[in-house]
Amino acid sequence: MAAAGLFFYLFATVAVASAFMVIASRNPVHSVLFLILTFFNAAGLFMLMGAEFLALILIVVYVGAVAVLFLFVVMMLDVDFAELRSGFLQYLPIGALIGLVLLVELVLVLGANTFAVDASTVAVQPIPDLAEVSNIRAIGDVLYTKYIFFFQVAGLILFVAMIGAIVLTLSRRPGVKRQNISEQVARDPKDVKLISVKPGEGI
Amino acid sequence: MENQTFNLEAFFWDYAWPVIVVLGQSVLFLVTLLIVVAYILYADRKIFAAVQMRRGPNVVGPWGLLQSFADLLKFVLKEPVIPASANKGVFLLAPLVAGVLALSAWAVIPINFGWAVADVNLGILFIFAITSLEVYGIIMGGWASNSKYPFLAALRSAAQMVSYEVSIGFVMVTVLLCVGSLNLTHIVLAQMAGPGTMMGLPPSLLDWHWFGLFPMFIIFFISAIAETNRPPFDLPEAESELVAGHMTEYSSTPFLLFFLGEFVAITLMCALTTLLFLGGWLPPLNIAPFTWVPGPVWFVLKAFFVFFCMAMVRSIVPRYRYDQLMRLGWKVFLPISLAMLFITALVLMVFDLAPDPDAIITAPPAIVAVD
Repeated sequence: MAAAGLFFYLFATVAVASAFMVIASRNPVHSVLFLILTFFNAAGLFMLMGAEFLALILIVVYVGAVAVLFLFVVMMLDVDFAELRSGFLQYLPIGALIGLVLLVELVLVLGANTFAVDASTVAVQPIPDLAEVSNIRAIGDVLYTKYIFFFQVAGLILFVAMIGAIVLTLSRRPGVKRQNISEQVARDPKDVKLISVKPGEGI
Repeated sequence: MENQTFNLEAFFWDYAWPVIVVLGQSVLFLVTLLIVVAYILYADRKIFAAVQMRRGPNVVGPWGLLQSFADLLKFVLKEPVIPASANKGVFLLAPLVAGVLALSAWAVIPINFGWAVADVNLGILFIFAITSLEVYGIIMGGWASNSKYPFLAALRSAAQMVSYEVSIGFVMVTVLLCVGSLNLTHIVLAQMAGPGTMMGLPPSLLDWHWFGLFPMFIIFFISAIAETNRPPFDLPEAESELVAGHMTEYSSTPFLLFFLGEFVAITLMCALTTLLFLGGWLPPLNIAPFTWVPGPVWFVLKAFFVFFCMAMVRSIVPRYRYDQLMRLGWKVFLPISLAMLFITALVLMVFDLAPDPDAIITAPPAIVAVD
């Protein structure tokens, strides 16, 4: 399929370029917008691999929800760009070191195909062939049976984080007038008093 | 070596021809859709006027029927103004995002059996992804305008869209539980059988999901209004508070694109309500005079009925306050839709009604010729 190859290079090139722009652009809002473009191209790559469910979930979750909130926060930040860029050289060695470690890991993972050619044949195929079952069913079959524990633990961690955020921000200040809808609705019409207020006197 | 040479004819039939066909279908579909949107706009203004005992647009063309086209000309011929302190690239990108995203979601909507530009298996997920992206037009426009009111509108709409997506997602999942497929065509075909046929009636409108999943239908309808920033949930563009919200600094064609994107999104939500709950192109009663009417007519009629309800809501209900909006989304719709999802799954399990994934109806029953 010539078209698939063409699209692969298109998505891959744009993904790498926009990922570079995420760290290179001067404006943080532009960075987030480039991040969104990167997500899109990653979704395109998933699509090419035949994992269209993952591709769409990536867009729904990351672009549709996470990046919106990200943008929401970044838009409201008052960032001093000169100060932000001043420490660039100072952090360069650490950044380069981390980058190198990641590169070595990537080479090791990808190099496994050449060092141990048989590795892929002995590995267990986690899902049946995609020609037999649909994408969603394949994911569901492993996610809710084999990996149910990890799935539940991940959910629990997110839940705890959510409760933590609510506890940190929820404050009941006294003296603030709040609307209590159920109280309003449950009010008995007989209790309503009509008071005729004389001008200039108040109640 | 003979096979390796570039075969122009094979290339044409393998690649170029499908592209030409899809392009032709898309252009035809988009032109039809935009004309429909022009009249939906006109209908919206007429209904709004009728509720207020006014005449509405009645000058351009007979009964004002050409008003939308006059508006189009007016917007296009005006001078686009870009504020000096705006972030130019993002400022011009925002209306494009709003317009293009709304139009692209229509690609997967089946108007009749097999009448979709792209009949993809994950159609509903695609639409959910696109509608969740529509907020970007508003956020980018609001931020790039570099002005207070648009910025506030951007913040408001970001929170609002994320909140109501949650309940829309749960409603969609509930429908999917009853269907067993994410293909929009399968969702419509699954509504050929339901509570009505279980009671021994012929296939009718009682089989559609609005009846079996009634509370979800209402929640979906209200969430759809909130998701498209229609009144009474039009807080991002509340004119009494924020001038025109995210569109304040826009003029000419960019403004038109925002406006168009909003209305295309509304028609999309009407079509989606029709597909998920009102049986798509299926006739209300599967007997003679109703089955003579072609499916697309039923589809358009139902979608327009949903739009009429939205227009009535817009003209009658006063605008929500922001905290009320958030309360409705998170404290009312989220628990109800979550509980309904759970109950639906439970009912399907207990009464053994869950659809068999290997036995999903993928084509309408063949019409038997009577001789």
